[in-house]
Amino acid sequence: MEEVLSTLVRGLGFGSLYAMLAVSFVIIYKSSRVISFAQPAMMLAGATLVSYLAGPVGFYLAVPLAALGIAALGLGIERATIRPMIGRPVFVIAIITLGLDIAIRVVVNVFIGRDVRQVGDPWGLSTVEVLGLTVQQRYIAMIVVLVVVVAALFSFFRYSRWGLAMRAASLDQETALVQGVSVGTAMAMSWAMAGGLAAVAGAFVGTGGGVDQSTWVIALKALPAIIIGGLDSIEGAVVGGLAVGVVESFVAAYQADVAPWLGQNFSLVSPYVLLLLVLLVRPYGLFGTREVERV
Amino acid sequence: MTATEPRRAEAATGSTPGTGPTARSGGRRPRGRPAMYTTYAQDMALLNTRGKKVGLGALLVLAVLLPFVLQDDLLRLLATGCVLSIGAIGLNLVTGYAGQVSLGHAFFLGVGAYTASVVAGDPEDEEVWGLGITFLPVWLLAAGVVAAVLGLVVAPLASRLRGLYLAIVTLGLVFIGEHVFREWDSLTGGVGVGRQAAEPVLFGMDLSRRSESFSGDQQMYWLMLAMLLLFALVGRNIARSAMGRSFAAVRDRDIAAEITGVDVRRVKRRAFVVSSFYAGCAGALWYSILGFIDPSSFGLLLSVQFIAMVLIGGVATISGSIMGAFFIALLPRLTRELPAYLPFLSSSATDTPNVFQFETLLYGLLIVLFLIFEPRGLYGVWIRVRNYWKAWPFSY
Repeated sequence: MEEVLSTLVRGLGFGSLYAMLAVSFVIIYKSSRVISFAQPAMMLAGATLVSYLAGPVGFYLAVPLAALGIAALGLGIERATIRPMIGRPVFVIAIITLGLDIAIRVVVNVFIGRDVRQVGDPWGLSTVEVLGLTVQQRYIAMIVVLVVVVAALFSFFRYSRWGLAMRAASLDQETALVQGVSVGTAMAMSWAMAGGLAAVAGAFVGTGGGVDQSTWVIALKALPAIIIGGLDSIEGAVVGGLAVGVVESFVAAYQADVAPWLGQNFSLVSPYVLLLLVLLVRPYGLFGTREVERV
Repeated sequence: MTATEPRRAEAATGSTPGTGPTARSGGRRPRGRPAMYTTYAQDMALLNTRGKKVGLGALLVLAVLLPFVLQDDLLRLLATGCVLSIGAIGLNLVTGYAGQVSLGHAFFLGVGAYTASVVAGDPEDEEVWGLGITFLPVWLLAAGVVAAVLGLVVAPLASRLRGLYLAIVTLGLVFIGEHVFREWDSLTGGVGVGRQAAEPVLFGMDLSRRSESFSGDQQMYWLMLAMLLLFALVGRNIARSAMGRSFAAVRDRDIAAEITGVDVRRVKRRAFVVSSFYAGCAGALWYSILGFIDPSSFGLLLSVQFIAMVLIGGVATISGSIMGAFFIALLPRLTRELPAYLPFLSSSATDTPNVFQFETLLYGLLIVLFLIFEPRGLYGVWIRVRNYWKAWPFSY
């Protein structure tokens, strides 16, 4: 029982990271109707920036600073490569982000070097006793950050003027324009927010183990999460992210005993298997809106 | 929503169907008017102008004669370019013509490479499977067919999903495939061990080994050139026949296609099967040049390289796929020369920044720049150059 619970907590911990990344994908998708394959690079860049800043200013200040920095990078990307492409097929824009991802990652890799960089987090692998259960502190930190971030995002979208503008722009760009919403600014903000979110997630991905050149793969696990949750639903992204984390964690814990023929590290690809299964049953994900087809 | 650029490309080549009432099949062109079509068949012909006939003929003669001039290492590179072209044509058929974005091309290449090496492998080997049939057409067909069957398995997902959902599912396929290749030791030899690729044996002669009059690389180049011709011809014929038109119909507007009587599911399935067949063959041939298969080489980067070939070359064009593939195949050779001019780049993989990183950076940047500034790719550049000289000296 204790093993099951600790597996669950670990799953929820990593799941919170996937959820944060998934939310960043969804924010971009809602504003630009595009899946940004550049998010892994943004996450890696954020984690690397934290690892450089943590020394001089400490982890707690480094994370918001890195989030701001990567948000600026997101703004730049939107302005330079996405804005000129408005009106072109989404597939083309998606492939552009794929190209950007590769280019940015190469540059970031130069700064990472061949070794693992520590992000200087205060938790490391130390544990704490919660209700008789030993859990790693970093998992608790991840869950708390997810709750804070999601609460902040929800209240932003619900109560703030700009949140309303962004929702309007994502519903119907032309109508929003007519109502006086600056659609361009709304799009730019969404890319900046997504960049910031990816950077925060990246900082927490680096806790415990550190960051190296292969860390970016983790961000791609948010893709199964958003597909499972539906591309245009933030709630779905959170649920999908947590589900992916929990499934991965349980597979990691039990697959070696239950189904050893699946090979080592099967847990790393289990999100994609889950993705295939969900899509076979529900082609638009669990929370996604079914596309209405007009002739 | 899956509509891509190619409609413009088609308009540029002037392949608008439409003929006068006097259309006769195989009719002659009026004397002195080489550019005037009088029949639909003339318009749809493989080489519909004299310029294309002469140009392609000259290019082929040149390509066949190249091995007598070039060094072996360059020939090897060109042979690789031929093989990558086959893979790129396959990806272009599904992504360019049929509009189904596939990031899973690397997976099918891997399937082809391993199928070929199992069919041709040494049956005595205790580590990995082998059937011992080294005759090239056999393992090549087997590689294509097994990949095509797997394409058929994936196709139902594709016919249910559209656009970006499909891109992500095929991305998942790459990761699952990578895992299978890593873990299935009796098939792939396992990480860090790998296995021998299929040997290109034709009528009892291993083409990759030196024969009496020619070196291995010369023979491999001719083999791959012949293969490329075959696959390009088939691809071009698929594209200009009813099948290709149904691909384009599904790409441009799937609902409209369905109303005009195109079975969208079947078309998508066909596109995936054909594309996987091409990928399987390309994978098998490619690794017969390289000689050795490492199970970790079929990752996302390989898929992206093929996407880059298609986009840099030209979406929904066969000649563009070939140009793009050669561009990507020759790019490493060019970047290897760079450290001489850019002293901060290192040619050793252990330093940063090194040429390998620079090369990857170039893939990314080239994709972005081509998509923003020349969406028709190298093919579009060629069309512009051609049109300039067509109108010369009155070009503007």
